[in-house]
Amino acid sequence: MALKDLMDSGSANPLGRPRSIWTTLHLDPVLLVLLLLLICSGLFVLYSGADRNIEVVKAQGIRMTIAFVVMLVFAQLDPAVFRRWAPWLYVVGLIALAAVLVAGVGAKGAQRWLAIPGLPRFQPSELMKLVVPMMAAWYLSRHYLPPRFSHVAVGLGIVLLPMGMIIEQPDLGTSLLVGLAGIFVVFFAGMSWKLISAVFAMVSVSAPLMWFFVMRDYQKQRVLTLLDPQSDPLGAGWNIIQSKTAIGSGGLEGKGWLLGTQSHLEFLPESHTDFIVAVLAEEFGFIGMGLLLTTYFLIILRCLYIAATAQDSFSRLVAGALTMTFFIYVFVNVGMVSGLLPVVGVPLPLISYGGTSSVTLMAAFGVLMSIHTHRRMLAA
Amino acid sequence: MPWGEFKDTAAERRLFQRRALVMLTVVVLALGGLMARMYQLQIVENDTYTTLSDKNRVQVQSVPPPRGLIYDRNGALLAENRPVFSVTIVPERVEGMDDTLSELEGIINVSDQDLERFDRRLHEPRRPYQEIPLRYDLTEEEIAKLAVHRHELPGVEVKAELVRYYPHSVLTSHVLGYVGRINREELQNIDAVNYAGTNYIGKSGIEKFYEKTLHGKVGYQHVETNARGRILRVLERENPVPGEDLQLQLDLRLQKKAYELLDGRRGAVVAIEPKTGGILALASVPGFDTNKFVTGISVDDYRELRESKDKPLFNRALRGQYPPGSTLKPMLAVAALDSGATTRTKKIWDPGYFQLNDTGRRYRDWKRWGHGWVDLKKAIAQSCDTYFYGVAVDMGVDTMSGYLSSFGFGEDATLDVSGALSGLLPSREWKRAARKEPWYPGDSVNLGIGQGFMLATPLQLATATALIANRGQWVEPRLLKDVLGDDPVNKVLPPETHEPLKLKNPSDWEYVVDSMAEVMEGAHGTARRAAQGAPYRMAGKTGTAQVYSLEEDEEYDANEIRERLRDHALFVGFAPVDDPKIVVSVIVENGGSGSGTAAPVARAMFDTWLLDLKHGEDSGKVSMADTKGAN
Repeated sequence: MALKDLMDSGSANPLGRPRSIWTTLHLDPVLLVLLLLLICSGLFVLYSGADRNIEVVKAQGIRMTIAFVVMLVFAQLDPAVFRRWAPWLYVVGLIALAAVLVAGVGAKGAQRWLAIPGLPRFQPSELMKLVVPMMAAWYLSRHYLPPRFSHVAVGLGIVLLPMGMIIEQPDLGTSLLVGLAGIFVVFFAGMSWKLISAVFAMVSVSAPLMWFFVMRDYQKQRVLTLLDPQSDPLGAGWNIIQSKTAIGSGGLEGKGWLLGTQSHLEFLPESHTDFIVAVLAEEFGFIGMGLLLTTYFLIILRCLYIAATAQDSFSRLVAGALTMTFFIYVFVNVGMVSGLLPVVGVPLPLISYGGTSSVTLMAAFGVLMSIHTHRRMLAA
Repeated sequence: MPWGEFKDTAAERRLFQRRALVMLTVVVLALGGLMARMYQLQIVENDTYTTLSDKNRVQVQSVPPPRGLIYDRNGALLAENRPVFSVTIVPERVEGMDDTLSELEGIINVSDQDLERFDRRLHEPRRPYQEIPLRYDLTEEEIAKLAVHRHELPGVEVKAELVRYYPHSVLTSHVLGYVGRINREELQNIDAVNYAGTNYIGKSGIEKFYEKTLHGKVGYQHVETNARGRILRVLERENPVPGEDLQLQLDLRLQKKAYELLDGRRGAVVAIEPKTGGILALASVPGFDTNKFVTGISVDDYRELRESKDKPLFNRALRGQYPPGSTLKPMLAVAALDSGATTRTKKIWDPGYFQLNDTGRRYRDWKRWGHGWVDLKKAIAQSCDTYFYGVAVDMGVDTMSGYLSSFGFGEDATLDVSGALSGLLPSREWKRAARKEPWYPGDSVNLGIGQGFMLATPLQLATATALIANRGQWVEPRLLKDVLGDDPVNKVLPPETHEPLKLKNPSDWEYVVDSMAEVMEGAHGTARRAAQGAPYRMAGKTGTAQVYSLEEDEEYDANEIRERLRDHALFVGFAPVDDPKIVVSVIVENGGSGSGTAAPVARAMFDTWLLDLKHGEDSGKVSMADTKGAN
């Protein structure tokens, strides 16, 4: 199998060659180059999306530096550390989520932040993006794989509990990402296709029930708006109409950097945060979008390779799930901005303005690099 | 149990790699789907979205043309445009009207009147996205304050607008008229395209009559705006064609004199240049400040103007319909001579009254003991009523009506004077239609001294007098002297319609003119005191019009009742006699006698025009040149 060959040939140290400088630093050069490429070009797009506000770019640069340092730190830790810590972090995370529900702070009717005196404000749900897949991987990798039905059930329980707490905040975007991260672990662990089909069937059946009993009005509105943006062109439909207009008017080559009228004339809302990809599409056109999605694809490809070549099940499951979470970010964000998916608060990873998710994402890449560079000298 | 049971690591890895391959497929399909979506939006539907984006960005705006200026005959500016900074609101772009208004009140000074006017306009029909002014005449400080807060106030703009300004507003109020905001009715009648950017329209006077000429042609500009409608730059522009400037026949100095002569009283003065028909002065006193009407007068100010018992809004010169009284006698004399009802030599005995038959009612002369033997000249000079009673009966209503209509009574004979009324010229047919009664001989008797049903405006009296001054040559009164643009004056000025009044014996004109000169110069002329010491000869006729009754809803205190029950004083005349340069008609409401009150006003007008402004003998040639130019 071609892919398998590719993966094997890339193994870091198959023949006991001297450890390379990258292994010593616990970094993966391919991933590193791709990430830096993405982050740097992202800052250029951000400068345009923020309407030439250099302060925004500086602030983002500082955040990205911090996130980069976090990645370096995570890369130094042995995967075994993550495995050992996973249950404890999971418990701490659940407590923090409960605390958010009781005494969280936030804005716009949602409580997402926890302010503990003496500590910087933080979002426990962000932490759970890393911890939930680790916990699920920890649990499932203790047993034979593929897991038995009961193990799958417990694994899903581990995922659904924090997911439900995050929905309650309410924060649909993050709960989706946390939930999917965990579910990917279960999937990678080898949950049987029968079971997967059964779950899909259940979801299809329960979707109408969700509509009537679980989804909040504003969430329903987002779905309705997606289906017919013109129904409320100045209200909820505005974002979608304007972002589609921005993307569509970009054409093949785009209008040129800083020359996008939709964003610079303020027609495009959230042009430096969730909708920044529309700025890129408007100014760099189909070619720019092709390059962006190719970069994302190469990162995902490299990460899946890292996962596939990892030495133990825990590492594989965590690496695979984190990779797919990253993919979900890209897909949901671009799908939302281009009018394929309802508007959900998911940023374009490593490009949208905003600190928390960048740090979490870079931490995840740190974990991946750690997995790739901490190898025991065992025969494969 | 330590970490892990015995596990088949190779099998687990293979399992994972199979699953990873599935996920890779999902990723490829999903990202491919996104690329397909991009292809659809950016390549397939590119045209659609480019159009949408341009429609967002580029707006076509109409640029209102600057309104033409108005000058007097000497080039003095009568109506100009001044830049006024106002704060306007586009209701469609405002997020919360009440919040916005209260926030604005915190930034600038907004009066209740402004709010009330704004609220009224908000509920009137208007074009979508048309801004509504909230307050005019912002100070520089207020403009600066608004600039600081503009990001908090979407839909609120500071606009520089050219607004009409009348430097001599009160003096010229009844000649120029004024412009005001386009109202509901006007909105339906105007050319929507040409007025797309225009907020003001001529409401009365010259501003109304020459609206088309003054307005100009709308221009356009394509502007790039942001989502909040703020203009960022102009992409393309087609300049408007400014309205054409007008020069009027009016002489501001004479107009000022006319106003001052009546100031403090109520009345009207009309001065016409007989050679051209040009209106030199047209004053109705009191006037009012037209500038207040331009940007919208407040309800209180308007009520005050409306309810003032001096009726400043009432244009007495054009719309005041008074019984002409004895000022009608020169015209009736022309009619009597030409119709053969009397001759220059015919004399009658005036016992102080006139009777249709021996037992009939006695129609009194103003001189109770009579004028004795009276011929036509004396009858005019001393305003003998008895003579005219008899002549009127001899002529009959049909003859009188016919001749008076040749003098322009009963019609609006003006060319470009907006809003002039036609008075009332009674006739047999009129009485049958209006009063359902036949014409009685007694009605003719009354008409013989300009009383009864007959009504005329001061402008009509001046017009008829000009016909005598011109010895039958018709000149329709007009305000426009020249268009200071491409259009020749006769393109915008309506054509003249009146034929000269030809008498069987043209020397009758001189006879009547002489008789009118006798009014001023004769030992017993009624206006001899007003004419004393003049270095030129003048002709005229005094008159009084009875005030019959008060309107029921008017309340005056005792002193005022006495004052307001006095007769209206009238005078018509021209000077110099042989080469008339100026015709004047004067009415002073409740002024008492024409000789004592109205004639001196006319004399002062003559003096000002002929002596102070030097339009006497030597300027005759200039006037002739003007005549050609104007025709």
